[in-house]
Amino acid sequence: MTLSALLFEPFEKFAFLQRALAACLVLSVGGAPLGFFMNQRRMALVSDAMSHAIFPGVAIAFLIAGLNVWSLTLGGLAAGILIALFSVFLSRTSQIKEDGVFTLLFLLSLTSGTLLLSLKGSTIDLLHMLFGDILAIDRDALIFIVSVTLMTLSILPFIYRGLILDCFDPDFLSASGRGKSVRPLFFVLFVVNLVAAFQALGTLMALGLILLPAIASPFWTRRVPTSIALGIGLAWLSSYVGLLISYHANTPSGPMVVLVCGILCLASVLLGRRGSVLVFFRQTRRRGPTTGASP
Amino acid sequence: MKPALTLQNISVHYGARHALQNVSGVFYQGSLTAVAGPNGSGKSTLLKAIAGVIAPTSGHIIFATDPRPAIAYLPQAAHVQRDFPITVAEVVLTGFYPSIGETGKIGRAQHEAAQKALHAVGLSDYAKSLIGELSGGQFQRALFARLIVQDAPIILLDEPFTAIDAETTARLIRLLLDWHKEGRTVICVLHDLLLIKKYFPDSMVLHGKCLGSGHTHKMFENKLLSFDLDMAELIPADEIDPPTHVSAHDS
Repeated sequence: MTLSALLFEPFEKFAFLQRALAACLVLSVGGAPLGFFMNQRRMALVSDAMSHAIFPGVAIAFLIAGLNVWSLTLGGLAAGILIALFSVFLSRTSQIKEDGVFTLLFLLSLTSGTLLLSLKGSTIDLLHMLFGDILAIDRDALIFIVSVTLMTLSILPFIYRGLILDCFDPDFLSASGRGKSVRPLFFVLFVVNLVAAFQALGTLMALGLILLPAIASPFWTRRVPTSIALGIGLAWLSSYVGLLISYHANTPSGPMVVLVCGILCLASVLLGRRGSVLVFFRQTRRRGPTTGASP
Repeated sequence: MKPALTLQNISVHYGARHALQNVSGVFYQGSLTAVAGPNGSGKSTLLKAIAGVIAPTSGHIIFATDPRPAIAYLPQAAHVQRDFPITVAEVVLTGFYPSIGETGKIGRAQHEAAQKALHAVGLSDYAKSLIGELSGGQFQRALFARLIVQDAPIILLDEPFTAIDAETTARLIRLLLDWHKEGRTVICVLHDLLLIKKYFPDSMVLHGKCLGSGHTHKMFENKLLSFDLDMAELIPADEIDPPTHVSAHDS
């Protein structure tokens, strides 16, 4: 087999692989910047909980209208917003800790979604909802993903400075009198992107292309724009390599894309240029062994 | 003197906890006021309410002009995420955000103003450094440079001299006195009674409610501010057990 046949032929030959690759590449462009800000706000765990929060809404939409991309989107969006508002209500009116709220709502969402699906759907439907089916991305789903990315890229420039401030100095943003729309708009964009990613990767892995590249990129670069750009690049690389391996090794495509992304992320944490495990050991060796203070 | 802002029965509740109860008072234009009180007395809450970071549960804050004048706000350094990948110059430029918002142009004038502000706080050489690479004192100076470019008539400072060395404190105090000379209204939360006595003509003492406000020397005269206020006065005498070795010796 030639190198060209190994690397490019699957994508030239099969339309479903082209659509899968296009969906992943487009998703990455909108999702990676949002993932960057989520990660910088130390909300990676919250976003994980949010990705599961859309599940009951998607399940109800599926029960009513089947696998219709727009009704699934509406259901996911409604559930995401309702559960986020409910989590804020619980945090403000009770003594529950923030991570406790998200653990509770994450498990409630996942279990209620699963039970709702079992009312009508089959095991295959459940697997589709949980893990997605990237190779089954159709024209409607692709149009939806492109629309979400275009909407994200249109709105981001109007909240970008506010998001930067919200990450490193949220009180200053509140005091500026200008930040009121920044957080709600960002949140809606995030949930809509989650729903778009859900179409391809299912509820359990929707965050893969959004958050993992954002966790990895700061280990290589120290500026915000380059970090976001590198995040998109890592997501693209994961999509291409993941789909290629899944084709040649005959393995599930969505999990392979997220697995490659996860491996790149772990490699960044271990070997990155800034703040990685490697840097830690190099610095420790340079400083030499520490000595205790004399009495 | 005209009031810069007036507090009318301000209360702030966090759930069941009452951080501030019916605080009233006037901050006059061009005044330099220290807000003092023990930890948890509501000092930072008051500043946040004035800055608009939180909304009072009840009461009103009345400013001299409507809409409210520009306010430059320095949050506690601990509330700022120091590992965010942003340079010192960029932090200073965020000072223009309240006036230019998301789409306003950051041009040559803004960059020059930021450079000038960095020079004023002695950080010209650090413009391109990341904030995570600065010492505590340098970082506080960067935040002061941001206050400078905001050029606001009201300046709110939340514990600006905490955990920084004497030299940096002196440099920042000079800036603060300059703002006072320029006629800006400066309200500063701090614990250091020496600094309050030496540099702040007016004070407000909080302990959930307002215990008193006015000229600082009067506050010391009335013992609302006192260097003698130590643990012995905070803990009633009958709660302090006599040292056991003394009793043994006496018997």
